Amino acid sequence: MSKDIQIKKGLDIKMKGEAIRTTGQKPVISEIALRPDDFYGLIPKLLVMEGQEVHPGTPVFCHKSNPDIVFVSPVQGVIKSVLRGDKRKLLSVIITPDKEKKEDLPPVDVPELKGISPEVLIQALLKLGMWPLFKQRPFGILANPNQLPKAIFVSAFDSAPLGADLEYMAADELQALKRGFDVLASFGVKVYVGVRPRSGLLLYKGVEKIVFEGPHPAGNVGVQINKLNPINKGETVWTMTLPHVLVLGRLFLNRSYDFSQKIAICGSEIFAPSYFKMIPGSDLQFLKVKMVDKGRVRVISGNVLTGRQVSVDTDYLGFYDYQITVIPEPEQPEFLGWGMPRFNKFSASGTYFSWLFPEKKYRLDTSMNGGERAFVVTGQYEKVFPMDIYPVHLLKAILAKDIDKMEQLGIYEVLPEDMALCEFVCTSKIDVQNIIREGIAMMVSELQ
Amino acid sequence: MQFLKNIVDRSRPHFEKDGKYHYLHSTFDAFETFLFVPDKATSRGAHIRDCSDMKRTMIVVVLALMPALLFGMWNVGYQHALSLGKTIEFWPAFGFGLLHVLPIIVVSYVVGLGIEFAVAQIRGHEVNEGFLVTGMLIPLIMPVDVPLWMVALATAFAVIIGKEIFGGTGMNVFNPALLARAFIFFAYPSHISGNLVWIAGLESKKMVVDGFSGATPLAHLAANEADKLPSALDMFLGYIPGSIGETSTLAILLGAALLIFTGVGSWKTMLSVCAGGLFMGWIFNLAGGNAYMEIPAYYHLIMGGFAFGAVFMATDPVSSAQTETGKWIYGFLIGLFAVLIRVLNPAYPEGMMLSILFFNAFAPLIDYYVIQSNVKARLKRAKMN
Repeated sequence: MSKDIQIKKGLDIKMKGEAIRTTGQKPVISEIALRPDDFYGLIPKLLVMEGQEVHPGTPVFCHKSNPDIVFVSPVQGVIKSVLRGDKRKLLSVIITPDKEKKEDLPPVDVPELKGISPEVLIQALLKLGMWPLFKQRPFGILANPNQLPKAIFVSAFDSAPLGADLEYMAADELQALKRGFDVLASFGVKVYVGVRPRSGLLLYKGVEKIVFEGPHPAGNVGVQINKLNPINKGETVWTMTLPHVLVLGRLFLNRSYDFSQKIAICGSEIFAPSYFKMIPGSDLQFLKVKMVDKGRVRVISGNVLTGRQVSVDTDYLGFYDYQITVIPEPEQPEFLGWGMPRFNKFSASGTYFSWLFPEKKYRLDTSMNGGERAFVVTGQYEKVFPMDIYPVHLLKAILAKDIDKMEQLGIYEVLPEDMALCEFVCTSKIDVQNIIREGIAMMVSELQ
Repeated sequence: MQFLKNIVDRSRPHFEKDGKYHYLHSTFDAFETFLFVPDKATSRGAHIRDCSDMKRTMIVVVLALMPALLFGMWNVGYQHALSLGKTIEFWPAFGFGLLHVLPIIVVSYVVGLGIEFAVAQIRGHEVNEGFLVTGMLIPLIMPVDVPLWMVALATAFAVIIGKEIFGGTGMNVFNPALLARAFIFFAYPSHISGNLVWIAGLESKKMVVDGFSGATPLAHLAANEADKLPSALDMFLGYIPGSIGETSTLAILLGAALLIFTGVGSWKTMLSVCAGGLFMGWIFNLAGGNAYMEIPAYYHLIMGGFAFGAVFMATDPVSSAQTETGKWIYGFLIGLFAVLIRVLNPAYPEGMMLSILFFNAFAPLIDYYVIQSNVKARLKRAKMN
């Protein structure tokens, strides 16, 4: 049975540079990095040394407070370097992948799913290094292997601006995808998959498929959880991205590791945006030849609302990201811009003329488009935030460091990404996502 | 534009840290961002931002006030001619009004912006755009013959006591423009009530035609002279004495359309204020008793400052209720109390000002209960599982 849920509030930001559904040649990658910062709340403990050879599945570091949670090498290669920052904080472990396959690896030992108990499955997934694929809400942390969640959620579409087509990413590997969902269904808790209307995704056994119709953030798993089975105090749910379900499925189907994904390389400053097969953590040197030379650009691992700014020379594709977006940095300051019609600008409000051209696609830059102010305009966030939460009051509770209020107003149900659109539309240019992040950090330290 | 840009670029170092005029950096900032939308890029969070900012929002409100202002200027001239028993052409009437209204606008902006700049300087933050609107609202709710020093004093009071001591734009409890009016209303009542202040030159009583009172519709009603009331059409179009910008409901509706269309003003508040006013007017109709109670309920919407208050004052996002449900309640109560005060308390013919200020004070309470119901629903959901 599939049912439909209409999301009315939200906003689709139409941008130039959507990736077309073809997959280009595999780019040449010279380094793969594992970054502890990709995993919220992780304090890593290093398990390898520089120069050590690693295989797919070799643990590289583990979670200090729960050493069972290991983070494994996605490739065969050599540990090139271990980068540390202030106070010897582990920044990244860099692996040089082998140019050619040295030896055939024995098949990975995966458990039989039929009749498996959740405890055995969890132990197996921990050992296989698949645990980091699970995120736990509240707070978007690594899942706790000692407590089963009330449900597992997967969103099968990305509604963010220029969001990658997740179903296209999985299109050639429906067998693996099915096996991935089989694994999720074996926990014995409810598994929900949120799909877009007219989705080609099949119905899997033990998985409830729900259609979400409406503008962004309809594809955010946080919104889907809020609509289907909201998180109450003391409850947890797990989430996984669709590409990671695929990774999990491949391991169980082929008994070998394959972390690679079709990554959407998109944005107005990319020449012929399309998909490229890459491994998360890959270096981004290859992007240089794909960028349209139009002056200063910003490269983002992820989408324009929630992604992380990266440098093509020194940074890597994030673990949970399946998209790289390249957009321009702002150009010249604009004379009396606040008073001009500015037809080429996009606004969700009616104060500009973008409402005249609902289908127009924009080349949006990274300008703040104004200075930071106190909260003035009301009702603005509510128009793009489809949860039954009062966003401004939640933010104010966080700013006031009032833990009780934060709890009452729904901090358990949101992650920064769910409120990214509020930040986009904010007339006062308030750092909404950062405030939510601080609130979550406060809650995490309070609950420890 | 390059020429201006060069000047700005050249002078910037003087205002930066260790520059000669660093203490004036907020002022420089304000002028720079006024001239050029800064090319400052996002540094965290969403990489792209909506191009609507506080300046744009405030400018839209000022634009929405233009029909009321322009009509008000013309009406000042027209009413003046009427009081002399003369006829007057369009442009001379407008010119007369312009000469009388412009000084009030200038005084309001100079005093208010002066204080805003000074405070921004002291606090070291950017100059807020809020006063761009307040500075235009204050003249529009003044009688045309108000002494300029009084405007200056009231503006200073509104900005300092009404806004800055709470922390500036966004933090104030009361609507600053209404506070300015309330200040004059209570400090110098003779200059903002009675029959003589609404038309230019009436106080000096030079050459006024016999029998011309200068009374506003509300004053007629308060004096139980319902028979002297202008026609509903005149009141709707605004050919009546009153505060500069409040007389023409039509001009105000044009502004309302812009505010609603751009999403800057809340249609929920506007609609519920009108609903509240109509409801109370209807109750009075049912009760009957005197002429004021018996006038058609919709008259309340086109007399006095009701329409202006509903569109431009009640919708002030800072002093209004902030939740969407709260806006319905807040607006309805404002409309209801405005009519209640008008009809039952003849000492305060303009109930709208008092009603809005009153519910400014109650807005946080309304929001509290709206949010509490959300909190309770969440708790209930948690218990059910």
